[in-house]
Amino acid sequence: MRKTYLTALLTSTLLAGPALAQTTLTIESWRNDDLTIWQDTIIPAFNAQHPDINVVFAPSAPAEYNAALNSKLAAGSAGDLITCRPFDASLELFNQGHLADLTGLASMANFSDVAKSAWQTDDGSATFCVPMASVIHGFIYNADAFAELGIAVPTTNDEFYAALDKIKADGTYIPMAMGTNDQWEAATMGYNNIGPTYWKGEEGRKALIAGEQKLTDPQWVAPFEQLARWKDYLGDGFEAQTYPDSQNLFTLGRAAIYPAGSWEISGFNAQATFKMGAFPPPVQAAGDTCYISDHTDIAIGMNAKSPNAEAAKVFLEWVGSPEFATLYANALPGFFSLNSTPVEMQDPLAQEFVSWRAKCQPTIRSTYQILSRGTPNLENETWNASANVIRGSETPADAAKRLQDGLASWYEPQKQ
Amino acid sequence: MKRPVRWHIAVFLAPAVLIYTAIMIVPLFGTLNLSLFNTGPDGVEFVGLANFATLFGDPRWADAFWNALGNNVWFFIVHMLVQNPIGIALAAILSSPRLRMAAFYRTAIFIPTILSFVIVGFVWKLILSPIWGIAPGLLDLVGLKSLFAPWLGREEYALTTLALISVWQFVGIPMMLIYAALLSIPDEVLEAAEMDGITGMSAFWKIKLPLILPSIGIISILTFVGNFNAFDLIYVAQGALAGPDFSTDILGTFLYRTFFGFQLQLGDPYMGSAIAGAMFGIILLGVCVYLFGIQTRLRRYQF
Amino acid sequence: MAQARISWGRTIAAHAILITWTVIALFPVFVTVVNSFKSRRAIFADPLALPWPEHFDLVGYTTVLKQGDFFGYFQNSMIVTVVSLFLVLLFGAMAAFALSEYRFRGDMLMGLYLALGIMIPIRLGTVAILEIMVAGGLVNTLTALILVYTAQGLPLAVFILSEFMKTVSDDLKNAGRIDGLSEYAIFFTLVLPLVRPAMATVAVFTMIPIWNDLWFPLILAPAEEVKTITLGSQVFIGQFVTNWNAVLAALSLAILPVLVLYLIFSRQLIRGITAGAVK
Repeated sequence: MRKTYLTALLTSTLLAGPALAQTTLTIESWRNDDLTIWQDTIIPAFNAQHPDINVVFAPSAPAEYNAALNSKLAAGSAGDLITCRPFDASLELFNQGHLADLTGLASMANFSDVAKSAWQTDDGSATFCVPMASVIHGFIYNADAFAELGIAVPTTNDEFYAALDKIKADGTYIPMAMGTNDQWEAATMGYNNIGPTYWKGEEGRKALIAGEQKLTDPQWVAPFEQLARWKDYLGDGFEAQTYPDSQNLFTLGRAAIYPAGSWEISGFNAQATFKMGAFPPPVQAAGDTCYISDHTDIAIGMNAKSPNAEAAKVFLEWVGSPEFATLYANALPGFFSLNSTPVEMQDPLAQEFVSWRAKCQPTIRSTYQILSRGTPNLENETWNASANVIRGSETPADAAKRLQDGLASWYEPQKQ
Repeated sequence: MKRPVRWHIAVFLAPAVLIYTAIMIVPLFGTLNLSLFNTGPDGVEFVGLANFATLFGDPRWADAFWNALGNNVWFFIVHMLVQNPIGIALAAILSSPRLRMAAFYRTAIFIPTILSFVIVGFVWKLILSPIWGIAPGLLDLVGLKSLFAPWLGREEYALTTLALISVWQFVGIPMMLIYAALLSIPDEVLEAAEMDGITGMSAFWKIKLPLILPSIGIISILTFVGNFNAFDLIYVAQGALAGPDFSTDILGTFLYRTFFGFQLQLGDPYMGSAIAGAMFGIILLGVCVYLFGIQTRLRRYQF
Repeated sequence: MAQARISWGRTIAAHAILITWTVIALFPVFVTVVNSFKSRRAIFADPLALPWPEHFDLVGYTTVLKQGDFFGYFQNSMIVTVVSLFLVLLFGAMAAFALSEYRFRGDMLMGLYLALGIMIPIRLGTVAILEIMVAGGLVNTLTALILVYTAQGLPLAVFILSEFMKTVSDDLKNAGRIDGLSEYAIFFTLVLPLVRPAMATVAVFTMIPIWNDLWFPLILAPAEEVKTITLGSQVFIGQFVTNWNAVLAALSLAILPVLVLYLIFSRQLIRGITAGAVK
């Protein structure tokens, strides 16, 4: 018995032991949802042009990705290609010498400065990841339920609450599917979804970074005041409702409105049996400019210590091409290409989301650039504060003050 | 007169000591050593105990640390008051002679212990979920629906709920250890007691309990060490931010967040190691109290 | 007569308590397994219903099984767990014997040294451990996992076993010495058989964290050929986070092998306990 195990052990050790073939590239990623898309669509398309380069997509679970990747990079066992989180997480890897400088890559010309900003040094002199996609926030709704209750798609805040009131009064559907157990829904799909409307997108975000506005200013407290109103429209026991609970509540047709990120589209298409629509965050008064969070979310870079740098660069040039952009955006509706070349998309819901780019001012999540560099971490605090405000355990003003005090404790431009 | 070198002692110890030192102690102390360094203007520099001063003195760190420590103490108290008495009681019942189906009960009760945290976190969240109605439905059956609350989402209940889930999962460990200890009490001892008219409950209190005290000592210290190193259940159920409002944050989750980073928070190996050092100190203190204060005073009986 | 009635009542009470706790222990497992056989809509409509024909659905299992080499994962987990377990028990028992049997200079300190490992999560040493494995060319091998788990299991094994070895009669060992047995023979032929209940207990305690560990497979051996079953099922959980029947199916499949492994050990454990008790 033991001998069999030892033999098996030896065999498997030998099988796995030898160095991989020279032209095999391994991609580190947190997108394990996309495993089949890479295996069946993206890698075969790449191999059609470069049959000599093997590509292995090796994702890990999103929650462990950063920790696992950093350990592997530190010890020198990470893959050749690294999927990049936006802003500081990747910038830190670049500063530590783990990510290669890709400024000279020819296909970088295909991306605007805004698209590249999430993967550049603060002065913009070096770019270290090829942008892949952004995600857009808004609300997905159950169109059948809206038709049944005679509700028009809301565009202003008043219409939004009127619709919620009407759904609540009818009682068939939970008005809004969201919970506070995982906290990030409250911050990401709540605060950073509706917030840009109040702080006027890039204008407010940049003023905050420059120290000209404070989180206690009315335009930054207002989103919390809105979130506090949401409490009445969430399902029973929303305090213990998790992110998958919310997704299931909506796709099973039990909730009417889902505060969303566009990445939900493909999952929802597969699971919902009703017609869906989407609307951007409602404005305060009819005719106001609308603002959307069009957040640079995912890019890909190269391990500076990769022994296959030449092959990796061939792959990265291809990722920067319009061909990849079309392939990716259609395989994963809801991940919108950052490539300057316009991309044709088939999915109606994805088309709806991307159409907002034409009429609304885009911005990125307020906490991502620079402001989450210190202790306490502004992003973590925002998760916590958003969940607290919705649960009603902290007032919007108190939450805003706590965030401001925390930020001012380490961030020079906010110290006064 | 010089005693001969007892080589066999070295032979007995060598394999364990070598593997353990190379794979565990050297890496761990390499990490703990980082707690004496931090990044300064000229790169990484030696800062002595400054990280610990920050951890205990700077309110931005100290508040989180004391909160986590307090929660951890409560987590431990729940285990000591609920898990270990239940484990001992179950073992005592199981070890009674001529009990039918003892093997079945023992196996069934131990099953939660072999499950991974992923399963435990997932299934308990499903059961306690206010939406899918298992717990509310069950309470409704016995007419107690009004008692239901979204426990995992409420600051005042969440930690205790998780501690009880952990008790559910790990009660098999004290049960097994005590069971093994009870079975190794020789029948002659019990028969002699029976001759003196000591049976049933009084036999348990007067004869068996004193004999299994060393085992109870072991489970207490294992519970202590396990609880102050706990991490996975909270992480799987509530995430690394240990909500709601950090009410379930224990030292393990605080350490993970700090050391490995989380979302936009970058990993900080220096402060992370300082937290690990503090945890190590707490656990070492507890183990020393046990090893030198309690274990040496327990009477052991050789059979 | 009265005596018999009391013991009868006591038996009923004992069974009532044990049944109650058994139900509490098994209920969540029951919920997982039952729902893994149902369609998604049925899971949420009535989570406690049995998978009767109208909502019986194997979609969870088909989704999971076509996604990965579950048999291969299972084999990897098995090799890692069994080999590590063997090494932990052998080396751990030897060290525990040295600590409990002999008085030598620094024995107390050695005991404390070997117990240090249960006080710090080994996860903290990740980067250094990974560096060792990279240097030794052991990344993506099962050997790397076996080394880590052996090191990780030793402190607890030594801790528990040395406590149990102290209860082994000195007279027996001295009788062996008088008969001219070497110290090694005393350990292997006299002491080891007597601490079998404790060995079985340690085996079960050591096995569980190894089987369920996610972190070191992810860091040290993430490649497809050496993936363990826990890491393999984690991929599904990330992948189908809202596809609950696939999640529940993956979880049920992950319960099964460890349950079988436990049942094997638990038979050994009981045999060991009774053998130890008879003496």
